[in-house]
Amino acid sequence: MAQAPQNPASSRAAMQMQLAEKFKSYKHVWVFVEIERGKVHPVSWELMGEGRKLADDLGVDLCGVVLGPRDEGTKQAIKEAYHYGADVCYICEDPLLADYRNEPYTRAMTDLVNKYQPEILLLGATPLGRDLAGSVATTLQTGLTADSTELKIADDKSLAATRPTFGGTLLCTIHTLNHRPQMATVRPRVMAMPEPDTSRSGRMVWHSLRMKEDDIVTKVLEFVSDAQVEKANLAYADIVVAGGMGLQQPQNLALVQRLAAVLGAEWGVSRPLVQKGWAPAERQIGQTGNTIRPKLYIAAGISGAIQHRVGVEGADLIIAINTDPEAKIFEFAHLGVVADALTVLPALTDAFARRLSARAMAS
Amino acid sequence: MSEKLHEPDFPAAEAIDAPEEPVETRTGLNIVVCIKQVPDSAQIRVHPVTNTIMRQGVPTIINPYDLFALEEAMRLRDDYGGTVTVLTMGPPMAEDALRRALGLGADKAVLITDRRFAGSDTLATSFALTSALTKLAEEAPIDIVFTGKQTIDGDTAQVGPGIARRMGLNQLTYVSAIDSLETEAATITVRRRSEGGVQVLQSKLPCLITMLEDTNHLRRGTLQDMLRAARAPLTVWSADDAGIEDPMKCGLRGSPTVVKRVFAPQPRAEKAEMVAVEGKTPAQIGDAILDVLFAKSPKLEADVSAKITA
Repeated sequence: MAQAPQNPASSRAAMQMQLAEKFKSYKHVWVFVEIERGKVHPVSWELMGEGRKLADDLGVDLCGVVLGPRDEGTKQAIKEAYHYGADVCYICEDPLLADYRNEPYTRAMTDLVNKYQPEILLLGATPLGRDLAGSVATTLQTGLTADSTELKIADDKSLAATRPTFGGTLLCTIHTLNHRPQMATVRPRVMAMPEPDTSRSGRMVWHSLRMKEDDIVTKVLEFVSDAQVEKANLAYADIVVAGGMGLQQPQNLALVQRLAAVLGAEWGVSRPLVQKGWAPAERQIGQTGNTIRPKLYIAAGISGAIQHRVGVEGADLIIAINTDPEAKIFEFAHLGVVADALTVLPALTDAFARRLSARAMAS
Repeated sequence: MSEKLHEPDFPAAEAIDAPEEPVETRTGLNIVVCIKQVPDSAQIRVHPVTNTIMRQGVPTIINPYDLFALEEAMRLRDDYGGTVTVLTMGPPMAEDALRRALGLGADKAVLITDRRFAGSDTLATSFALTSALTKLAEEAPIDIVFTGKQTIDGDTAQVGPGIARRMGLNQLTYVSAIDSLETEAATITVRRRSEGGVQVLQSKLPCLITMLEDTNHLRRGTLQDMLRAARAPLTVWSADDAGIEDPMKCGLRGSPTVVKRVFAPQPRAEKAEMVAVEGKTPAQIGDAILDVLFAKSPKLEADVSAKITA
C-alpha cells in the first residue's frame, strides 16, 4: 500500500515471523470459559467451536480454562467444555473466584499461561472478558486483537485475526507475530454455536490460586441482578425485527414491535434511532450495539451502513424493506422489498398472523 | 517509568503494600482523564480503489465515551476539591481536543506527541500514557485515572486496563456510578456493569476507572472556562520529556500486533432477491413476501409457527 506516511503500520505488513527461542515451546489453543454467577456465557462455547477449527488446523489440543468457585456451576462448566470441543481443561477452583474480580482472575490466568504456555488464547468480548484480556495481555506484554470477527491460521502458522476498524468502515487482519500467546477477543454471536457432543470428555489439569482474600483490594459488596435481560434476548433471539430512519416518527416503532410480537421475536433499532433517543442503547443492532445471529432478520427502513451490516451478517436470512432501491442493505439482504416500511410492516404483520393461524388450524 | 511488569511478584501487590501518601498533605483529589481525539466516524469515507481511509476534511472530535469520564472526574473535583488534568497522546493537532476539554472545565492539559509514538497499538499506547502519568505523579500522586469505556475508532477497550496494570492501580471498568468516596480512608465504592447485572465494588485509591456511556450529562463549560481554554498554556511533552527511556517500547516497534491487511468488506456475491411490488396492494405485498420467504426457506415456516404456538 502506497500510503506509508498516513499509515505507518502498512510498511510492516510484509514483516515476517521471527519467534524468539523462549516462545517456541508455546503450543495449543486455549479458550477462556467465562462463568458469571454460576452460568457459562454462551460466547465461550461459540469460541470453543472456533478454537476447535484452529486447533485442528495446527494439529494441537484445544484447551478450556475454567476459573470459578468449587461448586456445581464450575463442575458443569468443565463437563460442557469437553462437550463443546475441549481436549483438556485447566481448572482453578477457589472461593476467591466466586465473583469476577480483576486481580485474582488476572493472577490465575497469567500464572496458567506462564506455566503451560499456550500459543493462542481466546476470550469473549464481554465486560468480563475485555476487563480480563486487557490486564492479561499487558502483564504478559503480548498482542491482543479485540472484537475479532474472523480467526484463521495463516501460512506461517500465526493467528490471523480480522476485525472491523473505524466503526466497521474497513476490516483489518492483525497478527501477533513475535510474541506469545497470541490473544484475541470475539464478540458474542459472531461465531456459530457448535453442536455439543455429550459423549466427549478429556484430561483435567488442576491449578491452585495461591492468593488470600487479604491480597485482593477490591471487594464485591453486592450483585444487583437486572430485572430485564433484554440485551441478552436480542443477541440470542431466533427472529429479530428492527427499524431505522425510514420509520420517520418515534411512534412508528410500534409497527416494528407489533410484527415482533406476532412472530414471538425481539425488536431492535439502527444506531441513528438510539442517537435520537427513540429507543434505549440496549436495543441497538450493529457494530457498537448488539451483534445478532437470528434465523430471520427483518430490517425495516434501515439503509444498511457498514456498521449495521457487521452486526447482522450472521443472520440466516435477511429481509430488507426500503424505499431506496440503491440502499446498501440490498447488497447483503437475501430478500428485498422496495417499498415504504410504514405500509409493508402492518401488511406483513397481518400476512404472518393469517398464515400462521391457518397453519395452526390445519395441524 | 519503572518497569513493574518484569518483576517476579504479581504487580498489583505493590499497590497494596505501597505506603499511603500522608492524608494531611492532600489538597483534594488529583485526577487525570485520558482522552483521545478521533475522526468523527459518521463522516469517514473509504477510497473506492485504494481501500484507504480518506481523512481529508473529516472533522475530529473528542472520543464520545471519554466525555462521560471527563464529566465524572469534574464532578468528583467539584465535590472533593482538587484538579482534573486531561492527558492525550496524538499528533500536534490533538491540542484541539485538549482545549475543548479545558473549555468544558478541566484544569490542566498535557499532550504527549512524538513521531516515535506513530503506529502504537494498545500495548504501546498504554506504555506511553503510563510514562506520562508517572511523570505527572512526580508533582503530586495521582488518586484516580479515568478513561472512557472504549474509543469509537479502535473500539478495543484495552488501554484503560493496560494503564491500570502497568501502574498497579485498582482496575474498575464499565463503571456506571460512583456511590461513595472516602478520601481519608482512600476507599471508593462503584457500580460496575457486568453480564446480567451490576456489581457493587469497594476498592481503594489509587484506581483506574473506565466510565460507561450515558451515565451522566456533560456540562456546558462556563464562559470563563472557554476564554481560559483558548489561551491557556498546554504542557507538551516529547517521548524524552515524558521520561521514556526505551524507545523500543513506543510506536510501531513497541507494538506486538502487526496489521497485515486492510480491506473493505466485500459485497455478497448473490444479490438480494427482490419481491415484485408493482401494482400490488399492501396486503398483496405482505403475502408476496411470505410466498418468496417460505419458498426460499421452507424450514423457516415450521420454525416460525413453532415459535408462535410455544
